[in-house]
Amino acid sequence: MATGTIVINEARCKGCTLCTTACPKGIIQMASGHVNEKGYTPAVLVDPDNACTGCAICAVICPDVCITVYRDVPAGKLQAVMA
Amino acid sequence: MTLHEDLVRTVVYQHPQALEAISTHYCPGCTHGIAHRLIAEVIDELGIQEQTILVAPVGCAVFAYDYLAVDGVEAAHGRAPAMATGIKRSLPDRIVFTYQGDGDLAAIGTAEIIHAAARGEHITTIFINNAIYGMTGGQMAPTSLPDQRTTSSPFGRNPAIAGNPIRMTELIAAIEGSAYVVRRSLHNVREIRKAKKAIKTAFRVQQAGLGFAMVELLSACPTNWGLSAPDALKWVEEHMVPYYPLGDYKVLDAVKALEDRE
Repeated sequence: MATGTIVINEARCKGCTLCTTACPKGIIQMASGHVNEKGYTPAVLVDPDNACTGCAICAVICPDVCITVYRDVPAGKLQAVMA
Repeated sequence: MTLHEDLVRTVVYQHPQALEAISTHYCPGCTHGIAHRLIAEVIDELGIQEQTILVAPVGCAVFAYDYLAVDGVEAAHGRAPAMATGIKRSLPDRIVFTYQGDGDLAAIGTAEIIHAAARGEHITTIFINNAIYGMTGGQMAPTSLPDQRTTSSPFGRNPAIAGNPIRMTELIAAIEGSAYVVRRSLHNVREIRKAKKAIKTAFRVQQAGLGFAMVELLSACPTNWGLSAPDALKWVEEHMVPYYPLGDYKVLDAVKALEDRE
């Protein structure tokens, strides 16, 4: 199974929750206990078991382009992924 | 892949270059942000950032020129296709596109879009249909559905009084001069991916000089519909898609050849 991770730009997040409903692994949640500078509750990745596959579904649905997606790629196949 | 093979953590999805790295004024869950991103990705992939000119509408997307990192101008309400016509005719080597909502394109700008299509202007139009006037506070739009509650139809749109919703894509497809007219939706990841492909084709139609191209995108307005962002996307799927069926309404053979080459 592919592995990867995401980085959420919390400052840009408006807390719409779409990524939390789209994530097939259910590992994106709304933060509890903190808000961003706009006053929105941002989405956060909670992935203690490294379940993220880097599928990018969250990034495709995000209306505020907050999510950068990384995938662990065999060195020999880097070209294919970047293309 | 073997267990011992070196894995490299690689960026597979990031902010497109043709989109400014700033926060937008759009409400949480507004699909304008998705549409902007798809256009920016297509501009990046086609390598046309330096030659693209955006004609922005009046409506919520009035500040689109602040967000898309291309040259942009602001048209009078509904007149984006007329302005784009002038720009494209005087600068034919540029890629000129309009980004218009349903209040802009299907109400005050109905004449402009129809005649731009009839003339077969070599421009691309991205048409955002969210069945409501967003910027002014959620009034009934020409595209509001029968029985849809808005601030100006609080008991639901009554077609006997307020008329019927206009299906713009079907209308434009029927006009000689349009080359590529399709309807897509932004209500889930699968449809968003299909929407991006259509936007790319619409820009390539212009590059190839095949005629007028328009992509209608069914969109959500959670704030004015009074729904959460996920529920708003469900509303698009359950209420808008049945009235505004997704699909290709006009694809000239020359455009099909273009798609096949991809």
